[in-house]
Amino acid sequence: MIDGHDGRLAVLTSRVRLEENLIFTALERRRVPYLQVDERDLMAELRPAETRFRGVLNRIMSHTRSVYAARLFEAGGVTVFNSAHVTATCGDKILTTTALACAGVPTPRTIVALTPRAALEAIERIGYPAVVKPAVGSWGRLMAKVNDRDAAEALIEHKEALKSPIHTVFYVQEYIDKPGRDIRVAIIGDEVVAAIYRGSDHWITNTARGGKPEPCPLTDELVKLTRLASDAVGGGLLAVDLLERPDGELLVNEINHTMEFHGLVEATGIDLADRLVDYIEETLCE
Amino acid sequence: MAINTVINTACPECGKSVPVAADARVSSIVGCPDCGVELEVLSVDPIELALAPEIEEDFGE
Repeated sequence: MIDGHDGRLAVLTSRVRLEENLIFTALERRRVPYLQVDERDLMAELRPAETRFRGVLNRIMSHTRSVYAARLFEAGGVTVFNSAHVTATCGDKILTTTALACAGVPTPRTIVALTPRAALEAIERIGYPAVVKPAVGSWGRLMAKVNDRDAAEALIEHKEALKSPIHTVFYVQEYIDKPGRDIRVAIIGDEVVAAIYRGSDHWITNTARGGKPEPCPLTDELVKLTRLASDAVGGGLLAVDLLERPDGELLVNEINHTMEFHGLVEATGIDLADRLVDYIEETLCE
Repeated sequence: MAINTVINTACPECGKSVPVAADARVSSIVGCPDCGVELEVLSVDPIELALAPEIEEDFGE
């Protein structure tokens, strides 16, 4: 149940990866009372909560369950890191890019087509090569670089064959000819903490796909864009991913609300888990 | 000198020995060095392993 644990910080988990291990260690070092809650055990009776957690750190990997869990805890009056609104926005690329575009944050040119019928036109308008991504998901899974009309038609037909509403909504972006790397920046509240380059020979640059992390200097422009992007989606504990055009222009690509930070720790030596716990404690004590 | 204590437990898939760190936490994932499957630590005292749930379509960060 989501209530009945007065006074402790709940850490919601799907798996205990390196990040969760570091977070638990940081909590234990400070003697912060917490309870690891496996999301598979979560249930909530829809009534006002009588006792509740002091706060919730949401590390659930499933976007669907993560948003519901955050909303249920927030309905019980508990502060959730990140908020349900931020999680819902960042976990969906269409909502993220919409929020960024509305805030005037530079992003790759993007067209959303709500049906397969509109998808080919969207891809042709973006031009080849175009990148088609699922609205929900990470780690570069199911991303397609579409080099010509033949490939576009085949991709659309295959997605239609999946018979899933989510796969018949198309998020189409211009392909950015980046210099073999992207940039990940961690921002905690208003503080831009650290940045890394994630290099790869593959067009998908992601540490989950073998992208190699290297320290990246926090330039004024990078800090400014990261703050703008964070504000656009509601702020919190976030990892902002940026791309560089060949002329050096920076574009915000994605924002991650349950950030994986082992690459950041490896490349910069900064104790991100400690910073996360700092922020959570300071916020809950306000 | 760092001492890494490891407990060897049978893989529920292939039966071969899987080394698990003695300080492993519940819900950690370990790989079977023999058959390669991902295993979830269900309990730590004693260590009990099961096939890890597959990554779902909406999993991410």
